[in-house]
Amino acid sequence: MGERRSATFYALAAFFGLYVLFLYGPMFGIFVLSFQGPDGGLTFPMNGVSLVWFEKLFQGGGIVDLGAAFWRSLALGVVVMLLTVAISVSAGLAFRTRFWGAGALFYITIASLIVPSIITSLGIGLEFRLLDDLVKNHGPDWLAEDHTTWMGLFTSGLGAHLTWTLPFGLLIMFAIFNRFNPAYEEAARDLGATPFQTFRHVVWPIILPSVIGIGLFGFTLSWDEIARSSQAIGEVNTLPLELQGLTTTVTKPDIYALGTSISAVSFLVIFASLFGIRLLQRRRAAR
Amino acid sequence: MKLASNTTARLQALPLALVLAVFFLLPLAMVIMVSVWDYNEYEMIPAWSGRGYSDSFEGCLAQLPELCTILRTYAETVKLCALVWLLTLLIGFTVAYFLAFHIKSRTLQIALSLLCTIPFWTSNVIRMIAWIPMLGRNGVVNQALQALHITKAPVEWLLFSEFSVVLALVHLFSLFMMVPIFNSMMRIDRALIEAAYDAGASGFQTLRDIIIPLCKPGIVIGSIFVITIVMGDFITVGVMGGQQIASAGKIIEVRVNALQFPAAAANAVILLGVTMMIIVGLSRLVDIRKEL
Repeated sequence: MGERRSATFYALAAFFGLYVLFLYGPMFGIFVLSFQGPDGGLTFPMNGVSLVWFEKLFQGGGIVDLGAAFWRSLALGVVVMLLTVAISVSAGLAFRTRFWGAGALFYITIASLIVPSIITSLGIGLEFRLLDDLVKNHGPDWLAEDHTTWMGLFTSGLGAHLTWTLPFGLLIMFAIFNRFNPAYEEAARDLGATPFQTFRHVVWPIILPSVIGIGLFGFTLSWDEIARSSQAIGEVNTLPLELQGLTTTVTKPDIYALGTSISAVSFLVIFASLFGIRLLQRRRAAR
Repeated sequence: MKLASNTTARLQALPLALVLAVFFLLPLAMVIMVSVWDYNEYEMIPAWSGRGYSDSFEGCLAQLPELCTILRTYAETVKLCALVWLLTLLIGFTVAYFLAFHIKSRTLQIALSLLCTIPFWTSNVIRMIAWIPMLGRNGVVNQALQALHITKAPVEWLLFSEFSVVLALVHLFSLFMMVPIFNSMMRIDRALIEAAYDAGASGFQTLRDIIIPLCKPGIVIGSIFVITIVMGDFITVGVMGGQQIASAGKIIEVRVNALQFPAAAANAVILLGVTMMIIVGLSRLVDIRKEL
């Protein structure tokens, strides 16, 4: 203490404050506006306070069935989250030893992250179109007759989301194991634990907080994904795609009510995850 | 023993390899293959043709020295990209510098970093829509400008313009620049900075000669993120540009909507080529894997 804060500190602190305001200000603006009165418009000032726009939203009857899109996105998000955790942890363990193709796999994973989403999405869309044509024209009769498309939420859509979430998952696993002390595992091994026991009782509890982080990335990235889904989702849309479609047509605050609802789910997941991570760290510190 | 653990590792990596093979590598191969197919008004035809490319560059030679549509669009996109890159770099670096060197308490550091990270986990479209009540004709900014008698009529270029596109892109993606730079800064040995201070270096000299060079990996990684996202973007440009502004990513979307898949694929190959050149250029400067 007693260290005098310099002028630079205050200038930077002010900059940081403005940045945080820039990040959150507009978002809180629409959260507030979604509670507009029945006669309220898209901008301030508030014209009364009501829940009218939320009621409209959840009654359905709009241009699109947002309720159905909500559950579709939620289901997809949960599946993406579980697969991201399982596949990333497994691959993370693999990368601790050298294996044939490790370098190539690493660079392909990074490439999947940085190749523009529209290209990956277009590619998956083309892949499924060509596959469908193949089945229709050359597949066995029992299959070809009724075949329309295999493109869908849990086929091409799921795959598209995984190409986005898995690189984040793997990078987090790298960050974990770069800081991981192998002495714990050696101790377990010396005490006669099998590799599975070592993983279950030593490695897993240590990495668990970060694994929750991978789950958080898996769900939220999928829940908000648009670019990769756009050409690869098939006939039914996810919630963010419906929302994007609405931006050009809607002139009433129900779009804000939808935005507030989607954000509420995001915030719920974020805070549940952060709380879970904190709880695990506390418990560990107490031991 | 060595061999056994190698087999285990390969099995553990297999699911990742399979997902990426089916949903990333194969689709990329499809894009390249379809880009040299022929097409008519409603379907693609599996026969070799350079039409996807030649249609995209139609009139480019004839119009010289004027730029044709695709070159003008790419020039616009590169300009947009450079502007967003510069702004995210300045903001990301400043914020990371404040958090890394001016916040001494570890708990506060984590809390403030989280504060910056949380919006990243929420929907991009919502963060775009959020600018409508701010920048619209009757939005907060225009109301303030008129109340202060700075302008008489509402300013129109605030929303659905290049300005709002750049603003939204910086808003959405400055975190991608901040996090890797912050990560690099946290690895700088604090003794180096004290040594510089003891040797009489000014704050600015320390920044220029020690901190910035040691942050180079973070800056490069952040730049790769921001540049690849902005180069391929069509959603932010679409929503914030009122669907009126062209971009490299948007060409692809338009072609797909017109069911001209080979032309869309050809444009995807061109975009991939341009982005790859930028990334290869940047990644020469740093080994990504060592920086995690």
